[in-house]
Amino acid sequence: MAFLELDRVAKQFGATTVVDDFSLAVGKGEFISFLGPSGCGKTTTLQMIAGFLDPTSGAIRLEDKDLTAIHPAKRGLGIVFQSYALFPHMTAAENVAFGLEMRNVPRNERGERVRSALAMVGLAGYEDRHPRRMSGGQQQRVALARALVIKPSVLLLDEPLSNLDAKLREEMQIELRQIQRTIGTTTILVTHDQNEAMSLSDRIVVMSQGKIEQIGTPQETYERPASAFVSQFLGKTNDFAGTIDRTVAPGQLVAGSWSAPAPAGVSGPVTVSIRPERIGFGDAGLSAKIVTRIFQGNHWLFQCDSECGPAIVIRQNDGKAQPAEGEAVRLAWRPEDMSVRARAGA
Amino acid sequence: MSAAAEERGARAPWALTAPALMLFVGVLLIPLAMTVMLSFHDWGQYKGIEPVFILKNWREIATDPYYAEMFWRTFRIAILTTLLTALLGAPEAYILNRMSGRWKSFFLLVILGPLLISVVARTLGWALLFGGNNGLVNKLLMSLGAIRSPIPFMFTETGMVVALAHVMMPFMVLSVWAALQRLDPQIENAAMSLGAGPVTIIRRIIMPQIMPGVLSGAIIVFSLSASAFATPAIIGGRRLKVAATLAYDEFLNTLNWPLGAAVATLLLVALVLIVVGSNALIERRYAEVFR
Repeated sequence: MAFLELDRVAKQFGATTVVDDFSLAVGKGEFISFLGPSGCGKTTTLQMIAGFLDPTSGAIRLEDKDLTAIHPAKRGLGIVFQSYALFPHMTAAENVAFGLEMRNVPRNERGERVRSALAMVGLAGYEDRHPRRMSGGQQQRVALARALVIKPSVLLLDEPLSNLDAKLREEMQIELRQIQRTIGTTTILVTHDQNEAMSLSDRIVVMSQGKIEQIGTPQETYERPASAFVSQFLGKTNDFAGTIDRTVAPGQLVAGSWSAPAPAGVSGPVTVSIRPERIGFGDAGLSAKIVTRIFQGNHWLFQCDSECGPAIVIRQNDGKAQPAEGEAVRLAWRPEDMSVRARAGA
Repeated sequence: MSAAAEERGARAPWALTAPALMLFVGVLLIPLAMTVMLSFHDWGQYKGIEPVFILKNWREIATDPYYAEMFWRTFRIAILTTLLTALLGAPEAYILNRMSGRWKSFFLLVILGPLLISVVARTLGWALLFGGNNGLVNKLLMSLGAIRSPIPFMFTETGMVVALAHVMMPFMVLSVWAALQRLDPQIENAAMSLGAGPVTIIRRIIMPQIMPGVLSGAIIVFSLSASAFATPAIIGGRRLKVAATLAYDEFLNTLNWPLGAAVATLLLVALVLIVVGSNALIERRYAEVFR
């Protein structure tokens, strides 16, 4: 049984549909990311779960109870906002204690829980600081402690790390994952950062223009993107136009001068998606010319001009000699590394 | 850097501010100093102003209960006006801030619009509505039989407070509005998600954060009300004098300039003390919100 369930949820503002037909079942203790570009409806979906917006249609259920019928103040969810939304007139401890106060937790227990929550996020000793006297990272931790201290059934994170610098963001990602694993709170993270989504979540919901493009583990969505959008959004990718010829059994997939036995299913014009790090330089395959070669420390990045259009190739810097700019090469890959989709409009 | 250049560098700010400084000294400091000096001069019905140094005027103000009563009335009216504007203006600004785009700009214009009209015209409006038997509202209510005699408004303290609050309202609304602009737009949602109801959110989260705005609005309204002239002159008239109208009468009717100067000086000193004092208190109390 799903712990949190969104059933065909939709949200319209006037004539514009912001979220459409959103269905998702979240298991208890799972870490889910809503990933997509800005304006894809991910924050709107989060706000509907939080109760700040009402869905136009569809149902949201938590442990089989209708969540939309419950006032946002009574839902018992923990939320970390992009701006943190800390109470500037209260100290860190008072901020964290606020939710417990609203729940009429006795004073002694409250103090104890506030201290341990602040200690959990690494802010022991900062109890009496005011938020405006803290760094961005520290404020972020207070916001997390404030959301977790009420032992929420679901933790909602709205782009919590986007205001931090790159190094701090990486540290917080690791810490966030550890905390979530330790206390096992079901968590939903909204982000536009694919690295963040991939390194933190059990499953990723990739969204575009209010619709779900794909739901899957980070590996699935990266290795087997369900749509052109997903493969483009999650890391770099090469899309080559190809054709599947079923006249010869069992079928032949041809892209330029590269060919392989056709996979089952689609036929006719197709798009072949292949990640740049899965392409190798071989004796046979797509013929191409290297336009630029960029050294990036642990790997080389090649921009090639192939017979099927521009291509990017990433090769590990393993000490071996690499082709030079202007050199003619053949691009080859293993058929199991590519994903093949019917080509739209062809 | 050479010593000469250093000296020139140190002198530059003075040179640059000189025109403004001269204006400031010429039209503010010198007249003020002259007013203070004037308050120590003597005056008589037939001899006029005598440039001597005596404490006669100050002694008169200190001993005659008439002045104590007048100053007490001035500050009572100012305090009540401030309270009234805070009680009405703060919720007004909050509601205004929650309105959506087009309504927000429309109502902001409605609130600020009166600032474009002269205070005299706005106060005379009140007189037209409530002025004795001929006031529009009074006439209407009496013809409907709702009241027997006109509502006492003119020449009452209540009338002065109401009219002053009306005149001062934009300053309070603007001041609270500015404080509301600094609020995190998600702050109410954050409090709600932690289990706070609407009353708790306003009392525990919104109020403490807009309090500096309310208090700085209060300082503006208080000092403007305590030194207001037009509204007390029209509503209060000769019967209910406040510091500003009394000083005016001493200068222009009795021609006792030294006494008028003493009243004006005392009003100024009292206001400066109150404003500076409360400002320091507010800044200390709300240091965290101001940062």
